[in-house]
Amino acid sequence: MLKVNNIDVFYGNIHALKDVSIEVKESEIVTLIGANGAGKSTLLKTLSGLLKPKSGTISYLSQQINGKQAQSIVKSGISHVPEGRRVFSNMTVEENLELGAYLRKDRDSIKKDIANVYELFPILGERRKQQSGTLSGGEQQMLAMGRALMAKPKLLLLDEPSMGLAPLIVKQIFEIIQMVNQQGTTVLLVEQNANMALSIADRAYVIETGKIVLSGTAKELQESEQVKAAYLGAL
Amino acid sequence: MKKSKAFWVYIIFALVIYTIVQVMISGGSLDLYYQNILIQMCINIMLAVSLHIVIGITGQFSIGHAGFMAVGAYFSAIATMNLGLPFTVALIIGAVAAGLAGLLVGIPTLRLKGDYLAIATLGFAEIIRIVFLNIDYVGGAAGMVVTNMTTWTYAFVGVVLTILVISNFTNSRHGRGAISIREDEIAADAMGINTTYYKVVAFTIGAIFAGLAGAIYSHNFFIIQPTTFNFLKSFDILIYVVLGGLGSLSGSVIAAIFLTIVSAYLSNFPETRMIIYSLVLILVMLYRPTGLMGTKEITHLFKFGKKGGSKV
Repeated sequence: MLKVNNIDVFYGNIHALKDVSIEVKESEIVTLIGANGAGKSTLLKTLSGLLKPKSGTISYLSQQINGKQAQSIVKSGISHVPEGRRVFSNMTVEENLELGAYLRKDRDSIKKDIANVYELFPILGERRKQQSGTLSGGEQQMLAMGRALMAKPKLLLLDEPSMGLAPLIVKQIFEIIQMVNQQGTTVLLVEQNANMALSIADRAYVIETGKIVLSGTAKELQESEQVKAAYLGAL
Repeated sequence: MKKSKAFWVYIIFALVIYTIVQVMISGGSLDLYYQNILIQMCINIMLAVSLHIVIGITGQFSIGHAGFMAVGAYFSAIATMNLGLPFTVALIIGAVAAGLAGLLVGIPTLRLKGDYLAIATLGFAEIIRIVFLNIDYVGGAAGMVVTNMTTWTYAFVGVVLTILVISNFTNSRHGRGAISIREDEIAADAMGINTTYYKVVAFTIGAIFAGLAGAIYSHNFFIIQPTTFNFLKSFDILIYVVLGGLGSLSGSVIAAIFLTIVSAYLSNFPETRMIIYSLVLILVMLYRPTGLMGTKEITHLFKFGKKGGSKV
């Protein structure tokens, strides 16, 4: 579904991603784990068009999308939940969801999809008229995910959904990610919480200082000594 | 349906104010001095509202608004004085010229964020001012003599038009896009909103109405000089918007009215005027950090129609 071939991304002089190649297949959950500053978020931003790769190609549904504008990438079915939630805090929950469907013109099915999001996240339905800045961290994360789902993505890019949340909420969020996946959305999940991420993923990549250093099925990586030592806290 | 009702309430409200003032003018109870203050007030409201769409709605911190006012003022003055065109045509020429200048300045600078954008827009406004300062065709530093053509009617129609266009923009789909940029640009990008496009559109609309205000201004004062449009003028406009509350159209209208009255009564003591200005700003920022109205509109208080109240 998504194929990234040898991309290099720079921030000015800083070489943030070095010759990175990954692949995401239809209806998978693929996770990308790595430490702070490894380039996880950079990769997601490049996929959604917020950053442009200097070299290499990104193909999505056998179309090249590297260098395309963010809005045409969203239109083609890739939706990005940015790191740190970034809800539109002076708008209500419902307005946030409506903005998620900004590029869609089908008013009736937008209404239906808002109802679907409320079904997936009942707490958002209760707070539909509330200013989203007043939601708790977990609720904001749910809203950010719901907002991204409003674009009807085929591929959902999630950037650290567990950031700063209580373990119980993290568990809830991960259950919802699995549910979304079962409903037919492919998920690329960036995480620091390697344990949780590997437990729901089909396959995984480990990224270190801009390079992919390991890849395999989630199971394989869970057993790998290297991953255990670096991310899972080996005993 | 709801929208068109608000639209008519707004139009009727505007007509009522216009009629009252017009009757007072023809009845002789408002002499030229007060008429001039009213026109000044209208110009300031237009400037405030046109900057509101850039800073309050789209969240782009531009402090070079006087530059676009200068473009409007000079181009319309050239049209009437040197080319002998009618005033109405000159107003349109001023607005369009300023809009083009806004487009030209906006496309390169709106990639910048925050402080950098502020400095760049300030720089552009100074460039515009210095260009006029060095063109003898428009009088250079001595300024350009312009016949007085502005009447209360022109100024008021300008205000009504400005508020109508900008509040319609805000309540449209495009306005939503612009507000989402103010709220969080990265998230807006990730939602597929063409942020560059909306920033440039908002900036250009703002410049157009600043130009219209400039055109009305230049035909009200007998003379225009480049020094009028220096960065202090930009800050005056910025003060209206910040004092009124970033994101509130009626707030910037109220602040423009209020500060015009204050500075009119203090016009004999320019130094005191600046002290009072600063004091007012400090006090408002201390006790109401979000401005007089915050992001709310006056209609949220009364629950009818839209548009900021007027204390005329």
